[in-house]
Amino acid sequence: MTKLTRDDVLKLAQLARISLHDDEVAEFTDELSAILQYVEQLSSVNLDGLQPTNQVTGLTNVMRDDVVKDYGYAPLELLKNAPRTQDNQIKVHRMIG
Amino acid sequence: MTWEPIADIASKVQAGELKAVDLVERALQAIADNESYQAIIATTTERARQRAHDIDAQVAAGETVGRLAGVPFIAKDNFLVFGAETTAASNILKGFEAPYQSTAIERLEAEGAICVAKANLDAFAHGSSTENSDFFTTKNPVDPTRVPGGSSGGSAAATVLGLAPFALGTDTGGSIRLPASFCGAVGYKPTYGLISRSGVVAMASSLDVVGPLTSRVVDAELVLDVLAGQDELDSTTIARDEQGYLPPATDLKGKKIGVITEYMGEGLQPGVRTATEAGIAKLRDAGADIVELSLPSLPLGLAVYYILCPAEVSSNLSRYDGQRYGYGDAEAHNLDESYLQTRERGFGKEAKRRIMIGTYVLSSGYYDAYYKRAQTVRTRLIAEFAAAFEQVDFLLGPTAPTTAFKIGEHSDDPLQMYLTDIMTVAVNLAGVPAVSLPCGVSDGLPVGLQLIAPQRADRALLATAQTVEELLA
Repeated sequence: MTKLTRDDVLKLAQLARISLHDDEVAEFTDELSAILQYVEQLSSVNLDGLQPTNQVTGLTNVMRDDVVKDYGYAPLELLKNAPRTQDNQIKVHRMIG
Repeated sequence: MTWEPIADIASKVQAGELKAVDLVERALQAIADNESYQAIIATTTERARQRAHDIDAQVAAGETVGRLAGVPFIAKDNFLVFGAETTAASNILKGFEAPYQSTAIERLEAEGAICVAKANLDAFAHGSSTENSDFFTTKNPVDPTRVPGGSSGGSAAATVLGLAPFALGTDTGGSIRLPASFCGAVGYKPTYGLISRSGVVAMASSLDVVGPLTSRVVDAELVLDVLAGQDELDSTTIARDEQGYLPPATDLKGKKIGVITEYMGEGLQPGVRTATEAGIAKLRDAGADIVELSLPSLPLGLAVYYILCPAEVSSNLSRYDGQRYGYGDAEAHNLDESYLQTRERGFGKEAKRRIMIGTYVLSSGYYDAYYKRAQTVRTRLIAEFAAAFEQVDFLLGPTAPTTAFKIGEHSDDPLQMYLTDIMTVAVNLAGVPAVSLPCGVSDGLPVGLQLIAPQRADRALLATAQTVEELLA
C-alpha cells in the first residue's frame, strides 16, 4: 500500500511548481495517500493480451495543410490577457542565469 | 418558470410573433429573480441585448435568421464567450477576456441563439457539486440546502430554474449527467468527438465532451443537431450522422435494453433503487425487452478515471504559468518563484490535488504501474461495452447512487466526493453516448435514469430517449 511521506508531497509540489503551506502539506500527505490506495485496486487485474487505449474513436493522425490562416485575431487583443507586457510583447522573467 | 420547446420559440421569432429582445429581457429578469441560487457567475447583458436587437431587425427585414432564432441560452463558464470574462470558476483565470469564441458558441450564434450568461461550475470542472468553485456554491433548485451536482451544476440549476431554454455543459466523468440527475433536467453526453471542444477550457482531453442540458429530449436533439460535426480547430472531432439528430420517437417494442447489474448492487440508495425499478417496469410494460447484463470491470472504472483524469489535468493545467495569460504573481523575483506563487495563489485545493496526483502517476518509475495500467484496464472496459452491445440495443441504470447530497456533506473527504461519479465515469472512458432523464423522485429529490448507447449511435439513443422520457413523465 502506498503511503506518501511529507518529503514525497514536497517533491511532487516542486515538480508541479506549486508552493504549499505547512498545513496543506500535512493534509495532502493523507489525502493523496488515500486516493493512491484506492486506485491500487487495478494492480491485481489480469491484463494479458491487452494494449493500452490512447484514443477511443479510432482516429489516428489527422493531417491538414501547413498554411497560415487569418482568424482575424488582433495581436493587441491577444496581449490584453498577459499579466506583464512591454512594447507590445509579453514580459517574462529572465530564464537563463 | 418554463420555456416552450426551443424549436417553437425560434419559429415564433422568425415569424415575428415573439421578439428576441423580449426573450433576452425575460431571461435576464429570471436570472435576477433567482440570484439566491447562485447558478450564474456573470451575465453577458450588453452583447445579448445587441444581438437580440440585430436579430429582430433581420426578421423585420424578411431575412432568415436560423433554427435557434432569438433563443437565449446559458454557457458553463469554461466556454470562451464574448461579452463576459471566461473564468472556469477559477481564481487563476479571473479577469480573462476571451479573444476568440469557442466553436460551440459560434455554431449556436450562427443559428441565431443568444448567450445571456455564464454558469457556475467546480473550478476547471473538477468536482461533483460546484463546491470546488473558487467563487461560490450553487444551490439545488429543488432544495437549496443541497448541491446541484457538478461540475455543470450552474448549467443544470439554470435549466431547471428556467433562466434560459437551455444551457451548455461539459462532461468528463459525469459532469452533465450527474447535475441533470440531481436537479431534474435532461442531460446529454454525446459520443466522444461529436462536438468540437475548440475554445473550451480543457480538463482531461481523452474524456472531455460538450453537451446540452435541457427541459426535454427534443430540445437536446436540436442543440446537438446544430453543434455536431467535424471542426478543423479540434482534430479529435468525428463526422456527424448523415441523417442528423432530429429523429422521430421510436417505439420500445422489440428494443432490447440491458440493466447493468453492477449499477443496481450495494451502495444504491433505497429510494433511488425504488424509482429506478419503477422506471424499468414502465419500459417493460411499453414492450421493451429488459434483460439483466453484467459488465464485470465497471467497478474498476472509477480507479481508472482517477488515474487518467488527474494525469491529463496535470498536463493541461501546466499552461497556467503566470506569464502569457491569467493571474501572474507580480511580486516574484525570478521565473521559478513566479511559477510557484502564481500556481499556489491561482489554483484551488482540488486543482492542486489533481495536479499532484497526476504528476505522481506520470512520474518516472510510476508511469507503467499507474498510467499505462489504467489505459490498459480502459481497453478491457471498452471491450466489455462492445460485448454488451452485441446483445442489447441500450444499457440502462441509475445516473448516480444517491440523490443530491447536502452542501458540505462530502467536502472534507475527497475520495467520498469522487465516489459520486461511480456510475457515470465508465461512459467517458468508453467514449459512448449517454443521456440522463428525470425518473421520479425519492423523498422529494429528483432521480436520474441513464440510458447508454454504442459509439456514434446518438441518433438512435435520442429517438428512444424521447419515448422513455414520455413514459417516465
